[in-house]
Amino acid sequence: MKTRNLEILVGAFVVLAILAMVLLSLKMSNLASYGDEGDVYEVTAQFENIGGLKVRSPVSAGGVRVGKVANISYNNQAFTAQVTLQLEDKYQFPLDTSASVLTAGLLGEQYIGLVPGADEESLQQGDEIELTQSALVLEQVIGQFLYSKAQEE
Amino acid sequence: MQVRGLSFSRGSRVIFDGIDMDIRQGQVTAIMGPSGTGKTTLLKLIGGQLKPDAGTVHVAGENIHKLSMKALYDLRRRTMGMLFQSGALLTDMSVFENVAFPLREHTRLPERAIQQLVMLKLEVVGLRGARDLMPAELSGGMARRVALARAIALDPQIIMYDEPFTGQDPISMGVIVKLIHDMNHALGMTSVVVSHDVGETASISDYIYVISGGQVVEHGTPKSIKHSNSKWVQQFMGGLADGPVPFHYSNTPLMDDLMPYNGRGEA
Amino acid sequence: MLDWLQGIGHRVFSSISRMGRATLFLWQCLLALTYIPQKPMLLVRQLYSVGVQTLLIILVAGTFVGMVLALQAYIVLVDFGAEESISLMVSLSILRELGPVFTGLLFAGRAGSALTAEIGLMKSTEQLSGMEMMAVNPMKYVIAPRFLAGLISVPLLTAIFMAIAILGGFFVATEMLGQYEGVFWSQMQAKVDFYDDLINGMIKSLVFGFVVVWIAVFEGYDCVPTSEGLGQATTRTVVHGSLAVLGLDFILTALMFNV
Repeated sequence: MKTRNLEILVGAFVVLAILAMVLLSLKMSNLASYGDEGDVYEVTAQFENIGGLKVRSPVSAGGVRVGKVANISYNNQAFTAQVTLQLEDKYQFPLDTSASVLTAGLLGEQYIGLVPGADEESLQQGDEIELTQSALVLEQVIGQFLYSKAQEE
Repeated sequence: MQVRGLSFSRGSRVIFDGIDMDIRQGQVTAIMGPSGTGKTTLLKLIGGQLKPDAGTVHVAGENIHKLSMKALYDLRRRTMGMLFQSGALLTDMSVFENVAFPLREHTRLPERAIQQLVMLKLEVVGLRGARDLMPAELSGGMARRVALARAIALDPQIIMYDEPFTGQDPISMGVIVKLIHDMNHALGMTSVVVSHDVGETASISDYIYVISGGQVVEHGTPKSIKHSNSKWVQQFMGGLADGPVPFHYSNTPLMDDLMPYNGRGEA
Repeated sequence: MLDWLQGIGHRVFSSISRMGRATLFLWQCLLALTYIPQKPMLLVRQLYSVGVQTLLIILVAGTFVGMVLALQAYIVLVDFGAEESISLMVSLSILRELGPVFTGLLFAGRAGSALTAEIGLMKSTEQLSGMEMMAVNPMKYVIAPRFLAGLISVPLLTAIFMAIAILGGFFVATEMLGQYEGVFWSQMQAKVDFYDDLINGMIKSLVFGFVVVWIAVFEGYDCVPTSEGLGQATTRTVVHGSLAVLGLDFILTALMFNV
């Protein structure tokens, strides 16, 4: 095998692989959104039950993604689930904004939906969202339904 | 080169049991014996590729099995060349490249100097015209000659030949015999020839060691070996069909196998 | 009965001693890698024979795997009205599992067996011995370049496999199943995580490459230098290499995607 041809082919092979990696990284994964972040600020919210919420689950307002869940932990004093939301700096929300754990579609993944309040002041880094609504746990809903049905009779 | 008390076993088979040999400088020393006595193994032990169970091998004053890897490679580079039974040419390189290989790896000579050296070595073995052929295109004899050119590329002090005459037609045989003889005397090398081709080997050797059953059975100049006292050596050197090494393998009488039933229909 | 136990004991010991030899071999090989910067052509030549020549089978296999995956994903998802998730199902399967594993298996079969055969042949024709006597360390000249070439090639080939499989899935989803291009890519870009999926997949491929090429090169070096021994060694490379890929895949998946 002529040395020159060999080198060219091997070089082409490596270039092809690099191209594949670039394609994979940019077009086929969420690498692009990692860069998007810009500046963020964090607020916390306490929930009775977060259902299937996971770290990096989206935070939306009006259906638009405005941030993500940064951390989930259990508050052992208040006996609630403590969720840290990471919101993009360009979105400001009033102090009395409410956060609910919602489900995308019927059986989809869980996310946090923000409904803005009416306060003049905005949430800052480290603030806590007071008004929260826990996830709908299917079994509880069914239980409630059956219970209310039983009540009727 | 001195070998003292060399012992080596492979698994449960004892191959060598206390061998002593002296390879004298500038001479052609032959190591002969029946096939299967591990002559190739002996060369590998001398060259440091295998470690003996007991005994020492000294080459150019150094105990080769006590050397570090680096020092061993260094010693090999400086002093040894080996011709394998099959030639052992690198199959993906041409004849020229093969002979140039040790030069390219171990020296920093410019390409022109390497070219000239390769041509000279090929000329010695008479194959300068074959320089662009690939090993697959060579006949067995030619491959061996190329391997010889490669073995002398770095002008080693000692060359070891592993069965150089086996399976050659008379002409190639004559060529190799001539080459071994000439190189030893013209270039002042020390040669070790391992073979069981008695006639050819005896004709060029200055000293012979006959090995069998893991021990040195006899050693001496070709003349003294010929007049040896041992009947076995006589049989070996003379190529006689029967003698201390029996012709018949089995030791039961012939009639037992011809008539296993003793003519009575029973075993 | 005792014989049988003895037989097993003997085989266990010889397997263990084999692993020991293989590890010492690996150590020598890694040390010999330092020689390569002086002789880059050795590496380039091996990259060609090990990497470039496996490229074709990777491209073909990747395309087909991606296409089949898209079809099967559709068949399953259409019942739930969730055809949109085709691209997710294809890409996650490929990036996390099928990409590294398939590439590992194909590499073991194509390049691994070739490496074993080549080295084994060099051993049986005494070329390796000859090199030693010429004071050229066969580890440095023959083994290490092939090892490094394998180690480099497998992740590269995996990346190519992944990309072309997803493209194959894209083709099927849009041309054959009528999906919208935008939907296909946006689903992927939203849900496929660069670190968790892609990087983990590449880490897997690196591990697989390391193990497969180690096995291939060792089997060649250690083989019994007869034609029968060579055949056995080549078979062992493919079988052990493939099993190692699958076994390691389980371990790595459990570690990486811990639930």
